[in-house]
Amino acid sequence: MDQFYGIFLYVISLLTMGGIYAILALGLNIQWGFTGLFNAGIAGFFAIGAYVSAILTTAPSVRHLGGYELPYIVSFVVAMIVSGIIAWGVGKVCLKLRADYLAIATIGIAEIFRLILKNETWATNGPRGVSMIPKPFESLPEPWNQLAFLGLILATVVAIYFLLETARRSPWGRVMTAIRENEKSAMAAGKDIEKFRMEAFVVGCMLMALAGAFIAHYLKFIGPNATDPMTSTFLVWVMLVVGGSANNKGAILGAFLMWTIWSASEILTSRLPDELAIRTAYIRIFLIGLALQIFLQRYPKGIFPEVRPKPERRVNPAESPAGR
Amino acid sequence: MIEFLNFYLIPGLVLGSIYALGAIGITLTFSILRFANFAHGETMLLGVYITWSLVQFSGLHPLIVLPVAAMLTVLAVLFIDRAFYKPFRASPTIMVVIASFGMMLMIRSVVQFIWGVQLKGMTQGIQRPMVFFDSLRISPKHVMIISATIVLMLAVHYLLSRTKIGKAMRAMSDSPELAKLTGIDTEKVVRMTWIVGGALATAAGVFLAIDTHIDTNMGFKMLLPMFAAAILGGIGRPFGAVAGGLIIGVVEEISSYPWIGTEPLLNPGYKAGVAFAIMIAMLLWRPSGLFKGKVF
Repeated sequence: MDQFYGIFLYVISLLTMGGIYAILALGLNIQWGFTGLFNAGIAGFFAIGAYVSAILTTAPSVRHLGGYELPYIVSFVVAMIVSGIIAWGVGKVCLKLRADYLAIATIGIAEIFRLILKNETWATNGPRGVSMIPKPFESLPEPWNQLAFLGLILATVVAIYFLLETARRSPWGRVMTAIRENEKSAMAAGKDIEKFRMEAFVVGCMLMALAGAFIAHYLKFIGPNATDPMTSTFLVWVMLVVGGSANNKGAILGAFLMWTIWSASEILTSRLPDELAIRTAYIRIFLIGLALQIFLQRYPKGIFPEVRPKPERRVNPAESPAGR
Repeated sequence: MIEFLNFYLIPGLVLGSIYALGAIGITLTFSILRFANFAHGETMLLGVYITWSLVQFSGLHPLIVLPVAAMLTVLAVLFIDRAFYKPFRASPTIMVVIASFGMMLMIRSVVQFIWGVQLKGMTQGIQRPMVFFDSLRISPKHVMIISATIVLMLAVHYLLSRTKIGKAMRAMSDSPELAKLTGIDTEKVVRMTWIVGGALATAAGVFLAIDTHIDTNMGFKMLLPMFAAAILGGIGRPFGAVAGGLIIGVVEEISSYPWIGTEPLLNPGYKAGVAFAIMIAMLLWRPSGLFKGKVF
């Protein structure tokens, strides 16, 4: 029975983390899937959200900025706004250039943010990070607190999914696809490309910050190396490409699937002797990378390929078969 | 003043030479293959570890085994191009960018798996600096790095301006369609681009390892300054990349000189941010770089 309960808790944690990654993958999907923007600094925006939310909600501490003890809803919104403003700045510089430049700049902004986290110890406690972050529902008894948190995450994923699906089917979503597929003709149709790209980039980064805020409260700790920045950015990319870019269902499926594989393989390798366990960790990264390459080359559409919204057919008497 | 030369300007020039060599590869792949190669820093890393193994194996000086190591690294890069980048030649270039992004982690994890993550040293022992005019101190390794860089740059200049393949590379960088029409073997040009980029990356990495130490993050740390140098000099301008590399190296070092008062002007912890700031400024005001490069 105890073992069963352990597995039950593990599945909850798997779903919680999978759900948080699903938010990241959905955020990337707006940027890459719908609009074709390459964000290589997911970890940076994720960390912005995590730190902002953590600092706003923690009790006073001498080690870092804080003591505001704001409610979660406020800290989540502020985290998203801060990330959105930074994304706007990056977008202002790079969105008129080709995707490569955005990739370089986002990887740069993630690095800069890591430098700030490490150096501004008065605000972030430097390399030791922010701990004792409150967690929603933690006053509930085990396992209800875990379940309630999972419920919060899954509800957020579902809400974002429906919002994005509506956006995708709306004229806004169709302009996005038009820009991705043929920038020049979208411009010729009178669309302000930079404005649309900016919207997609900012909204995507805001979702990434929300995921970051969730993870800070879930783990109750956040440090500059809590998750290796490149590995987590990369993992989200693999999730989206494997699941199917430009398909929101694909992004969610990819997130849960890849997170399960990632987490389960860690359990397997951690049973090996120490020296071997450390080395096999690198094989895991290598294999995930290989999976990305194979999908890019062989199955570029992913598990769930993109489904384009069908235009509503209006019956025009002049064009109907009878009229011809 | 002399302190400024010894501890800020000369180290800046050394670091700048290293960035310059790496940035040549970045700017060539960006202009000829038309994509930002994220795995370039990791190419450097691979080259360094291959050199380290050869040095351990043979007991020779790193500079002597460098040509062999560069050849092995180039072979690995050519294999990577064939297996992971070539299938995307006809696709939108962003696909290759993602592939190179993936390669970045794949190469690093291979290096970490084979060689482990402990710090290593390329050369043993501490060198006594040479003293000129009583107070100007230059360490022999710095003299060696700067002179080897000058030799390599002259070789690149000769290759690009005097040889047939070099001219083909420049033609393809100007216009791939026109180059193809004039009968240039584009795959050969692509191979040559990887050979030059890979060899210079190995050299740059080994110089950095001689100057400091070897660790598995050194490739990634070099990536941003190299991109910044390539953009600062102008994409497709190898000598622009050299100038960009030198400028960024020097500015990074002198940014922590106590220009005002006695405190460093910029907290040395933010040194790595200098390259990024320069890059953003260039993208804002002059994306074509100092030497009128390409803008995609």
